[in-house]
Amino acid sequence: MSLVIDSVRKRFGAYPALEGVSMSAPQGAFVALLGPSGSGKTTLLRILGGLEIPDAGEVRFADLNWLAVPTRERRAGFVFQHYALFRHMTVAGNIAFGLNVRARRTRPAKAEIDRRVEELLHLVQLEGYGKRYPSQLSGGQRQRVALARALAIEPRMLLLDEPFGALDAKVRKELRAWLRALHVRLGLTTIFVTHDQDEAFAMADLVAVMHAGKIEQYGTPADVKRAPRTAFVEEFVGGAGGTAG
Amino acid sequence: MSAARRRLRGPVEESPAARLLLIAVTIGFVGLFLLAPLANVFASALSEGRAMAFAAIGDPDALSANRLTLIVAAIAVPLNAIFGVSAAWAITKHDFPGKSILVSLIDLPFSVSPVISGLVYVLMFGLQGWLGPFLRAHDIKIIFALPGIVLATMFVTFPFVARELIPLMSDQGRTEEEAAVTLGASGWQVFSRVTLPNIKWGLLYGVLLCNARAMGEFGAVSVVSGHIRGLTNTMPLHVEVLYNDYQFVGAFAVASLLAMLAIVTLVLKTFLEWRYADEIAAQHRH
Repeated sequence: MSLVIDSVRKRFGAYPALEGVSMSAPQGAFVALLGPSGSGKTTLLRILGGLEIPDAGEVRFADLNWLAVPTRERRAGFVFQHYALFRHMTVAGNIAFGLNVRARRTRPAKAEIDRRVEELLHLVQLEGYGKRYPSQLSGGQRQRVALARALAIEPRMLLLDEPFGALDAKVRKELRAWLRALHVRLGLTTIFVTHDQDEAFAMADLVAVMHAGKIEQYGTPADVKRAPRTAFVEEFVGGAGGTAG
Repeated sequence: MSAARRRLRGPVEESPAARLLLIAVTIGFVGLFLLAPLANVFASALSEGRAMAFAAIGDPDALSANRLTLIVAAIAVPLNAIFGVSAAWAITKHDFPGKSILVSLIDLPFSVSPVISGLVYVLMFGLQGWLGPFLRAHDIKIIFALPGIVLATMFVTFPFVARELIPLMSDQGRTEEEAAVTLGASGWQVFSRVTLPNIKWGLLYGVLLCNARAMGEFGAVSVVSGHIRGLTNTMPLHVEVLYNDYQFVGAFAVASLLAMLAIVTLVLKTFLEWRYADEIAAQHRH
């Protein structure tokens, strides 16, 4: 059930977003894609989620040719940077969406869906918020609804695009610990994109430092911090380490 | 202290005199150019008593014009709504070559005089037109008949729905649709459960405008209709015919029907905005 990414390339017109990216992660790993904007990290995440099709390369996950699986059948729980909640649906409607769109023979009964929604609201600590609309929630609450919605489909992997990007520093720190704990509890292979080295090192088991469409270094936070392999990694990672002491 | 504070103004607020002047100018213009003519239409219709006005509206030719106008709108508006939604969907949610040309083409009916658009159909489908011999051989009547009137109306009202939806949908972006697909929704489910609910107010507004114009269109329809009384006269054409016959009461009576249609459109729009204010605001705030 491990994830293997092999020589993935992607161009947007003349702009090379990914220039041969390879990495692998064991089942249940928490992987951070760390890099400045334009480094290709979001493109790689979108390829895993089925929202972009690479020009070349292979992805294998759980012994599947992952790129051949249609987007809607991948069950890759994707949490978007700005949450992309359905604004005309209640919180409960948002969370239930992935269950409600299933074909009748695999769709759970209404009562079962309601029960699952309650369970997920409890999991993301938003009990009693089911009847509200996304516009009535704070940023941190929307973030957790987006996560609950992604978890409702019983995803095979979890993909988070700058999950805390739009939140203030205090909420970000709280959610960091909470998400890490949730990851441990669920055991899902989770890939998250961030440009914040503190966040990557605090949460991830493995960090891939990306630059200009390539992975410059891939390893545990401790290894990357102790022995940066290229000048770029040293500078990018050192920025944080330097100020911290 | 409190009196002094009351005299303080916000940075973009004008002096009371300037404010009064602005309001007076606005009300003056609205009254002079919008309300006075509208009141005049109703006053002229009733100038010789209610009985005369109702007689003009109940005239068989007038009834036939009403019916034709309703039929034309009932065909043209839904077709343009479907077209507008699919065009806006194609343009805002997908990338393809020639997209910007398509966007400008949709605007064409706005920049062409309605008379010209009517003439184009005459040139195509008229007896002397390109397809004239073929249509005559198969006994198909388009010009001076219902199909021609529907075509001309559709041409003129073509951009309303699409124009309303394109900015709205490009503003909303694609991420909600992307989210829906990753959650397992099919193409149709994405459209019916995510895209359509997000644009319903804009769509309704576009349909209202499209309908008002479809029922009121004069120029293009005038060219293709042939003005056959009781057969190919729509309401606006019937007003002209009556007016040219010096039947002023009748002309204004039918015109007040059209004016009432405009008022109903406005009231409907205001009601919807008021009734669903929360939902509309929620959509905009997000």
